[in-house]
Amino acid sequence: MAVCIAVIAKENYPLYIRSVPTQNELKFHYTVHTSLDVVEEKISAVGKAMADQRELYLGLLYPTEDYKVYGYVTNSKVKFVIVVDSSNTSLRDNEIRSMFRKLHNSFTDVMCNPFYNPGDTIQSKAFDGMVSAMMVQAS
Amino acid sequence: MESLTLTDVEQKYYSDLFVYCDTDNTKKVASNGRVLDLFRAAQLPNEVVLQITELCGATRLGHFGRSQFYIALKLIAVAQSGLPLRVESLNSVKDLPLPRFVVAKNEQEARHTALYPDLENQGSYQGVIPRPPGRGQIKKVSAHEVIQPCLPTVEPQPDTTSPVVSPHQSPPTSPHAWRKHKRQASGGNLERPPVVVAGAVWTPFREAQSGPVVTGDGMWSAHSPPPVQESWVSLKDTHPPSSSTLPPMHPSSVQVENSSIRTLASATTANEIQRQSSSGYDDPWKITDEQRQYYINQFKTIQPDLNGFIPGSAAKEFFTKSKLPILELSHIWELSDFDKDGALTLDEFCAAFHLVVARKNGYDLPEKLPESLMPKLIDLDDSAEVPDQATDVGYSGSPVEVTPNKSPSMPSLNQTWPDLNQGNEQWETFSERSSSSQTLTQFDSNIAPADPDTAIVHPVPIRMTPSKIHMQEMELKRTGSDHTHPTSPLMVKPPELSEETKLATSMKFLNCYLFMWTCDGYSSSDSYTSDQDPITSIVARQRSHSGTSPEGLKVVAAPPPPPPRPHASHSRSSSLDMNRTFAAVSTGPQQAGGVAYPPAVPPRPLPTQTSGPHSGHRSDEGLAAHSTTSPQQIPEQPNFADFSQFQAFAASDQPGDDGEKHAESLPVRPGPLRTMKSESQEERANATAKGPIMAPPPKPVRRRLKSEDELQDETLPPKSNVIATVLATQPSIPRSVGKDKKAIQASIRRNKETNTVLARLNSELQQQLKDLLEERISLEVQLEQLRPFSHL
Repeated sequence: MAVCIAVIAKENYPLYIRSVPTQNELKFHYTVHTSLDVVEEKISAVGKAMADQRELYLGLLYPTEDYKVYGYVTNSKVKFVIVVDSSNTSLRDNEIRSMFRKLHNSFTDVMCNPFYNPGDTIQSKAFDGMVSAMMVQAS
Repeated sequence: MESLTLTDVEQKYYSDLFVYCDTDNTKKVASNGRVLDLFRAAQLPNEVVLQITELCGATRLGHFGRSQFYIALKLIAVAQSGLPLRVESLNSVKDLPLPRFVVAKNEQEARHTALYPDLENQGSYQGVIPRPPGRGQIKKVSAHEVIQPCLPTVEPQPDTTSPVVSPHQSPPTSPHAWRKHKRQASGGNLERPPVVVAGAVWTPFREAQSGPVVTGDGMWSAHSPPPVQESWVSLKDTHPPSSSTLPPMHPSSVQVENSSIRTLASATTANEIQRQSSSGYDDPWKITDEQRQYYINQFKTIQPDLNGFIPGSAAKEFFTKSKLPILELSHIWELSDFDKDGALTLDEFCAAFHLVVARKNGYDLPEKLPESLMPKLIDLDDSAEVPDQATDVGYSGSPVEVTPNKSPSMPSLNQTWPDLNQGNEQWETFSERSSSSQTLTQFDSNIAPADPDTAIVHPVPIRMTPSKIHMQEMELKRTGSDHTHPTSPLMVKPPELSEETKLATSMKFLNCYLFMWTCDGYSSSDSYTSDQDPITSIVARQRSHSGTSPEGLKVVAAPPPPPPRPHASHSRSSSLDMNRTFAAVSTGPQQAGGVAYPPAVPPRPLPTQTSGPHSGHRSDEGLAAHSTTSPQQIPEQPNFADFSQFQAFAASDQPGDDGEKHAESLPVRPGPLRTMKSESQEERANATAKGPIMAPPPKPVRRRLKSEDELQDETLPPKSNVIATVLATQPSIPRSVGKDKKAIQASIRRNKETNTVLARLNSELQQQLKDLLEERISLEVQLEQLRPFSHL
């Protein structure tokens, strides 16, 4: 159901970004990039509470007229960004959360792979498969 | 001959077979001997074979030309697939499986040993490929052969290459091997210069393979995994243009494999693997026993404990030696690390190794872990490998779901797929739940008791002897009394609770129990204090009034601050007795209790008689405690109480005095309360016995007071009993335990009597109420009867 899914490393460079190919992918790349600012803002908002009390799911980062951007940060400051189409109103918050959870699990599996060097782009087929399942099927 | 259209696969297959059968190297005619053997291997009835030979025209020609051979092979395929043998079917049947030729292993080996001693290692594995290098040349020349013309140059080096190639054979079946050999061969040819050795390996192998294609095909077509075939076919397509079209992977992998395999495997084990692999033709991914043993040995080099794990880093180093690209190794890892724990168990390691070997041999990695490679939970039995779910996506192998499925007898992967898919979902939900730690924490926080002070959660019903019921009653009445006595010193007493911590704790539990039992709406603190107050207050009063005792003895009308409970009964004569008794029962410091009520009306005969002994007992106690009271209390024995019955009446007319006295008596000790109660009982008894002689209103009033007193009495005495028992242990309270018990029993009896009296009173009042109501109804009826007339 997502239009674009991105995994951004701690240093704010993309580890994995994939969007529905039919559309202008560059636009999504730009959207994800701008969403990083919002993510940083949300991360820093907690302050003293640190990560213990900061929820991983950031929620709706910001909406545009065409789509909505959701964010999720792991404890290692790896960010997941999901862009969904605004017209897809059926998506509830829980569904977005579950999508992030799946992403997180898949990302963890990728990390567990000793052949994966943290910082490399994610090329795992399993991860790709999982992301494909989450992308907009209709397109 | 009818035109025969063959697919590329078939073409290749047939050509190989033809070459195999072309023992005379005529390139045109397949020797009948070989052909017949081949046909026999097809496991078709002789009649069918004859029919086929007839159909293909070989009988006409007397020999099998290439075309006839091809037709025959196709007919064999038709026959094997159960279709009627028709010439038309040659081209009409689509997607015809390749003809299968089953060859016994012995036959293979025999051929191998006979024909290809050089490549014994491979030959043993090949068994089916006992083709001398010469054939390779022929094969090479054939148009259908993709084999590169570099064969001859490579041929002279079969020996050196054989050991190297052997490991490549290790993966599954010969057909696969054959296919891969094709690739490898081409790859080898590609890398000609640097990989001469490899090329040498490949080519002879290829030759060897092409020969035994017959037998190999038997296995090959048995499972015919589409991806491999497709890949093979596609590879084959690339062959003709140039070997360079081969993905660089293969040559590199070939080279890498060669060197790495050398480093990794020993020739012997590799040979074993090859031999083993030849027999495992049912499943392309099945690990043979020899292979498995080899893997286990390798596992031991890293991790001596077969039940242990190989950490990811060690596994990475190990598999990196295979020189496979990291991406493929990563994919292999994803497939093989079933439980996604970053470590490899023995099963996982074997699966990974198997995949590595397969990949090196040119097989494409599957998207999902094949059934035979699924790690088993229980044992390492090769044949019992369970087709568990393939490691698809990041959902991991859902170890939760896998473990139950891991049984040696899980046959079909398809069945497990949906289960595992569901399991995946369950796993997802499980992981989702687990990831939402917030809910967990919230839940945990809810568990924690809110207020330990209330101690409502765990009411410890300390069985305070039979007084518990009394305690409850006292609690009821006590709570009621609390409300009616705003000046309850009980509430003031809390500060003194600290003095009796032990008592407090014990009473706390009791209070809690009472609280729970009564289910009152009183706040915990209130009930707590209220519960404790009577007791503590009793004690406190007893103690506090100890100082005033000397004065109290003298003071009659002006005692210390009156407690909230007017002990009317204290004014009775018998109350003195009670005072004494209570004084004795209660804490030692209590002294002025009994003394404070000299004009106490003697208790009524009933309660006094029953409680007399107790009161006397208590009075004794009081005497013991307060000698000053003794002179006054002694004469007030139960017997004496009889005479004071009238005085009780008189006293009952004076609620105020009673109240005073009650008030006086209250703060002193529970004894007075007892007397009050007894007095109230007397009053009631008198009231009930004498009817409405006494003004009912005053009685209720008195009763109210007395009820309160009684409540207090009843609550206090039991609690005093409790206190007595508890305080008895306290060294600061000099009292005899025996007397306490008696006092308690006396109080119990008094309470019971009071209860009965109250019950009677209640019933009487109810009756009065009913009567009054009837009167009212009658009056109303009359009124209404009159009214209509008035209206008229």
